[in-house]
Amino acid sequence: MNRYILRRLLQALPLLLGISVASFAILKAVPGGPLAAYEASPDITDEDIRRLEHAFGLDQPVPIQYLSWLGRFVVGDWGYSFVSHQPVLGLIGERLPNTVYLMGTVFVTVLVLAIPVGVLTAVKQYSWFDHVVTGSTFGFLSTPTFWLGLLLIIFFGLQLRWLPLGGMATPGAAFDLGDRLRHLILPVATISLVQLGSHVRYLRASMLETINQDYMRTARSKGLGERIVVLRHALKNAAIPLVTVVALDIPELFAGALVTEQIFGWPGMGRLFWDAATRLDYPILMGILAVSSTLIVLANLLADVVYGYLDPRIRYA
Amino acid sequence: MAGSAIAVPLPVAPQAVQRSQWRMAYERFRAHRPAVAAVVVLGALAALSAAAPLVSPYDATKVTLAEIYERPSLAHPFGTDALGRDLATRILYGGRVSLAVGVLAVTVAVTVGTLVGTMAGYYGRWVDSVLMRFVDMMYSFPRLFLLILFGVFFKGMTFGVIILVLGLLSWMTTSRLVRASFLSLKHREFVEAARCVGARDRRIIFRHILPNSLAPIIVAATLGVAGAIIAESTLSFLGLGIQPPTPSWGNMLKDAPTEMNIAPWTAVFPGLFIFLAVVSINFIGDGLRDALDPRHVVSRRG
Repeated sequence: MNRYILRRLLQALPLLLGISVASFAILKAVPGGPLAAYEASPDITDEDIRRLEHAFGLDQPVPIQYLSWLGRFVVGDWGYSFVSHQPVLGLIGERLPNTVYLMGTVFVTVLVLAIPVGVLTAVKQYSWFDHVVTGSTFGFLSTPTFWLGLLLIIFFGLQLRWLPLGGMATPGAAFDLGDRLRHLILPVATISLVQLGSHVRYLRASMLETINQDYMRTARSKGLGERIVVLRHALKNAAIPLVTVVALDIPELFAGALVTEQIFGWPGMGRLFWDAATRLDYPILMGILAVSSTLIVLANLLADVVYGYLDPRIRYA
Repeated sequence: MAGSAIAVPLPVAPQAVQRSQWRMAYERFRAHRPAVAAVVVLGALAALSAAAPLVSPYDATKVTLAEIYERPSLAHPFGTDALGRDLATRILYGGRVSLAVGVLAVTVAVTVGTLVGTMAGYYGRWVDSVLMRFVDMMYSFPRLFLLILFGVFFKGMTFGVIILVLGLLSWMTTSRLVRASFLSLKHREFVEAARCVGARDRRIIFRHILPNSLAPIIVAATLGVAGAIIAESTLSFLGLGIQPPTPSWGNMLKDAPTEMNIAPWTAVFPGLFIFLAVVSINFIGDGLRDALDPRHVVSRRG
């Protein structure tokens, strides 16, 4: 097992390298360029531009630029923002916890709700509960995240005035857990409802398939209670594939977080990416692409390992 | 069945009617009521959008300052926007853009995905390894991040660009499905038989294997249209997709965050149509999956 994990980690390295090359190439290939903001200014001469290019190393061949970026990246020197001149690592380090806080809450909320709801819909197939849940999950699955966020703001924020319209906390106020939680509800609901849809549906289908298996009949016929049969025999097996689904959804979670952070003014990495993209702040863009794709690769790796751990039928050669 | 008026009872024994695979799939689809209803809704939506100039008396882009932010009324069923334009009209014209982008982007994605999946699955070995590592890589980028980058680079996207970019960022699922299907089919007897009688690669791929891999591709493509419509609307909502004054369901919501306290209808109706289109497409996808994948149906009945 340990050797398998080690081998998978080693295999992830070329993938990550490939991702960084691709990110670098995309950012290099685009029109405009990092100095577009300077070029537009009338006070800056061509000579100044050339000096800046030299200072940022932009006058060197692209492969050399990539290698020097990579060399600095692995030792934690991620460069400086072209706009604010702050270190990229520091900026990301400042924003990442806010995104993790948001995404983590979503993650836990979704799992805590999806598992019981998914099991119940399968156990009580074709009941009114099943119909209501299946119908509404299908609806949420088909709702664009940003529009759901807008609707929640209109309804709970503007009409009912129950919840704040955005931000992480009331500005200027002292730390207050209740205030924090109230700011968390709408953004978390926005992403969770969409995600919940896909997970409940998946678990329901997977449970229904499991319920018809022979070992379920065996468990029942040897006199086990329905509770134990469903929870210990069916759910345990049905939930295993969910690990992969959850991991595959992580890019979606990033996208959902970006949109949600944008709508709710949440100072996370998605907003940082958005601000950097609109200002063509390349060092930040490169840093965020690297961080997010690394997290995605690691999450998939983790899912494979966990899957293998939960399902001993999978053998690692 | 035959519609004859003869009062003779029909024979009880089932007649051996020749029914093709597709005919059977069609019948299974017909039995899936939500999917049939969704076809009707989506068809109506597409038809109304296509016939927008005939349906609506208003201009989708003409500014009428005397009529800004009018509430929904008989004259303007969904109200008017910040420039006094009829929202219902803009939704119809926006439907043209949003639906067409969805379908065409998926056409690009399915073409590329099928090509890559075929090469990887049929030729195997290093071709497979290289292509699938590339797929892994494409999967590791959050798609929205790249869409935003391209949107910024192109300073908002035109109809053609958004189709290409969306298509080129969304083909990976199809390629994996096609590859899996080639891997499972290429050593089957009918393929071996075709090879024995001297069929070339091209003929084996296009006549023997691809037609047998169509079912999962069709389902993935259908669901892909829903995903593409959501992606386009998200991008346009962020201001990086289709540029105003051309309406798309997404860019009509661009100003919603600032307008929703004075004119909530501008935030509600365009989104409602995205939802309507996407939910219909998802139902159709669900129906197609049941219709085309007999294994799925068996487990459903079991």
